[in-house]
Parts: sequence; structure tokens; C-alpha cells
Amino acid sequence: MTGKQMSAREVVGRLRSGMTIGIGGWAVRRKPMALVREILRSDLTDLTIVSYGGPDVGLLCAAGKVRKLVFGFVTLDSVPLDPHFRAARQRGEIEVAEYDEGMLQWGLYAAGLRLPFLPTRAGLGSSVSSGNPELRTVADPYGSGDELIAMPAIPLDAALVHMNRADVHGNAQFLGPDPYFDDLFCLAAEQAFVSCERIVPTAELTAQAHPATLVLKRLVVDGVVEAPGGAHFTSCVPDYDVDTQALHDYAASAASPEAWAEFRREYLSGGAEHARDAEARTA
Amino acid sequence: MTDATRAEVCVIACAEAFRGDGEILASAFGTIPAIGVRLARATFAPDLLLTDGEAQLMRGTWAVDAPADGVVEGWSPFRRIFDLVWHGKRHAMMIPVQIDRYGNTNISALGDHARPKVQLIGVRGAPGNTVTHPVSYWVPKHAPRAFVPRVDLVSGVGHDSAAAAGTGARRYHDLRRVVTNLAVFDFAPEGGAMRLRSVHPGVTVDEVRAATGFPLVIEGEVPETRLPTEEELRLIRDVLDPRGRRDEEVPA
Repeated sequence: MTGKQMSAREVVGRLRSGMTIGIGGWAVRRKPMALVREILRSDLTDLTIVSYGGPDVGLLCAAGKVRKLVFGFVTLDSVPLDPHFRAARQRGEIEVAEYDEGMLQWGLYAAGLRLPFLPTRAGLGSSVSSGNPELRTVADPYGSGDELIAMPAIPLDAALVHMNRADVHGNAQFLGPDPYFDDLFCLAAEQAFVSCERIVPTAELTAQAHPATLVLKRLVVDGVVEAPGGAHFTSCVPDYDVDTQALHDYAASAASPEAWAEFRREYLSGGAEHARDAEARTA
Repeated sequence: MTDATRAEVCVIACAEAFRGDGEILASAFGTIPAIGVRLARATFAPDLLLTDGEAQLMRGTWAVDAPADGVVEGWSPFRRIFDLVWHGKRHAMMIPVQIDRYGNTNISALGDHARPKVQLIGVRGAPGNTVTHPVSYWVPKHAPRAFVPRVDLVSGVGHDSAAAAGTGARRYHDLRRVVTNLAVFDFAPEGGAMRLRSVHPGVTVDEVRAATGFPLVIEGEVPETRLPTEEELRLIRDVLDPRGRRDEEVPA
């Protein structure tokens, strides 16, 4: 059993321009921001991003990394709309495939199960189906008469997720209220990378917590990055909550190129040192 | 009782949307619907299930701007919520940016979807909610820009769209109420167009008509929305919203 510990830079070294990358978490909760920051510093471009979107999406849009977004929403919660994402959309810079948020789960699940699609009612009658010419329906083969949407699998070249704890083998644990869909992102991906607040010995993972909190199994994880504060400025409960000041600075940074440059200098250029500062501030 | 504010009348109208729902998950977005659904559970709809806003189902009655305070009775992370959504045991009250005559709603984008004039939040769960379980809507500012002849894109599925999409969409389609700062609506059984059910005290039918960008179904004399009882007012003012957040959403 080999260790899979690597650096954020090594993770991004495994990615290529044009890839489809799934990003775990939910809105401003447990986003793998240390890995996103590393993508911002890289020369990667032309990415297709699949996300329950928060500032991960806005940052990548603002940095010109995104060709296409597969999404159900993009929000900052206390700030309902992400201004960087809005600006990119309103300038017509990115292509989108917009799905109901449950359809997105279904697409990841289908990819994880190696199925071409899974049926659902969600999307029927809405602009999700009428606005997406690639979406097909299937007739219930058992005779109810219902035509259902065949939600296509969303296979990912890579998945990036952030967890509270992991071991070096890729077993990873959430300690907050909700696992979100991180395990499905990893299951749907060719390569999955997990950053975490702390890498600990395997036995420590279940010393205090129920084994059900181990939502990532090492057989679906290719690399583990120790990144304390690695979800900053999103939350990683119970380790830390959202950094409200940084969140508002982020939202305000869409006002002008100068504000965006200032935000990048303040929050994005510091690398691992900055993440540790962030951890101290949010502790 | 006569000193009830408009916001308090709206709370009652939102609460009434959940009357008779029984043992289902009630999800309310916005301050006044959140007060309303808690009021409903504390009074005439005791079997409703509510979350703490994250992943726990909670019994109890707590203020709308305070952390959930009660007994945990279940775990419902997002994927389990989606299970309940598709299973059908949920009634959600959502906030549309646009709503049209047949109850189509839009929260995704204004203008051309390829390059929106205004990008909003995205369709979220609206497409799935509307074809799998009961849905109501809350519009805190009833005006022609919200009540439009035709939504720019369909996030939540209205009656005409569900009818056109076949039995797969129609089978569990169940739009219940639309509550605004002016009035309460449902949908006419014949044709599925929006129907005025009551106007809030101090509001005229003509005012509602003028604030609505499409023709409404209006049948006979339109009654007034009911007022809160003394006990309901006490719950709203002392327990559910002691800091008056309702007035920020619907000013007196």
C-alpha cells in the first residue's frame, strides 16, 4: 500500500488544459480552494468545470480559465450572486450546461456507475431541457406512458475535493454536517485528488468519529494534499467557518480591474503560507 | 388583532399554504415564509418536518434569525433532501424573480440564456421540485417586473409547460399558492391560470391588477386574507421574530 501524499503543485501538474474538472463542496462550503488557487497560478486554460458553484467558479472565470461550466447554481450564500461569474456570463465569455441540482448529482452518479445515463423527471417542461439540445428523453419501457429525461453521465478527467481529515493512502473524512457530493465527484473521475486540513494515521480517523464519516475510500483517490486552511475563505466546519471579510472582499473585487488585482495580491498570491495565515485568522 | 402589520398578514398567508400537509418536509425560502412555516408547525400543522438550514431535521420552535434550538430528529444532508424531493414528501416555498400567468418561474437568468443581460443564481432545484412535489411561491415585492406575461426562461415548471411536456412532467406537478405582499393566489383548475384568492387588508383588487403584468382569474367577490389570532401574533412577535426581520422584507 503506497502513500499518495503530494503537493498542490504536483496535483495541478497532473492536469492539462481542456480537461473536465469536477470541484466538490457546495457554494461557500468546503471548497478545495488551495487547489483552485494553484490552478489560478498555473497556465492551465480552456477548462470545463463541473460544480455546485461558489467562489471556485467565480475565481476561475475571472482568471480566464473556464471554457464551459456545468452547473445548477453559483452562489455565495450571504451574497446571493457571485459577481465574477455574472460578469463572465454577461460578457458571453463562457459556455454553460445548466442542470437542476439533482440532475447534476444524477450525472455524476451515472458516470461513477459507468452507465450512459440515469432517468429522471427533473428538467421535464423546463428550459433545462428545451435549452439543451444534447438532452434526450426515454420512454418508460415498462409502460407507464411517461417520457423521462435521460440524464447523461458526466465523466470527469479529474475531481478536486477538500476534507477535514485523510490518511496518506487516500481514505478521507468529513467532520462537518454534510458530505455534499464529494464521493460522487471522485467516483466519476479518472483521477481524484483530495486536500485536507490534516493528514493523520489511519487509526486516528475513527478514534473519535464513526466510520460512516469516511466518505472517500482510497481506491478512488489518486493524491492527498495536506493543506491546513485549504478551504479558505469557504467554510470547513468544524475546523473553521466562512471568512466573511474575505468573502465580501472577494465579492467587491469584481468592481474594477484594480480591485481584482488588489484581491489577488491580498488573498491569492500567498500560497501555503497564506493558507496557514487564513487558518489562524479563522480559528 | 386589528393592529397586525402587512408583514404579519403575509406570515399568516405563507403559513396557510402548509395547512393540511401532514407529515412532510416543509422548506421555506425568505424570512416571512420561514416565520410562516414555523408558525404553522407551532399551531395547526404540528407534523411538518423542518431543517436547521443545514443538514439536521429539528423539532422545536425558534427565532428566524437565531441558530436552530430544539431536538435533532434526523439527518438530511443535501443528497437525502434530493431523495425526499424526488420521492415527493416535500412542499417548498420558493422565491421567483419572474413568474407568469401559468406559474412558470425564473431564477436563472434574464434575457438570452447564451449571453444573459442579467445572470442570476441558476435554476437550482426548481425544475425537479416542480415536477416531483408541491411547490408554492413567495414574492415580497408584487410588481409588473416580477409578474410578467412570459418568463425569460423556465426554471420552475408552470401548468402550460407541464401539460406540453407529457405525463412524466404532469404526474406529480402540484403548484399550490403564490403569496405576495399584496395578495394570495392559486391556479384555476380549468386551464391552470393564476387566480386571485384574497387581498391583504388595505389592498384593492385594482391595485393587484395594476401590479400584475398579465390578466388574472378573478371569481366574484374577493375576500380579505385572514388576520392573525392573538396567539399567532404573540408567537410571531415574541418567539419567531422578536427582532422584527419581517419588517425588513415587507415594510409596514
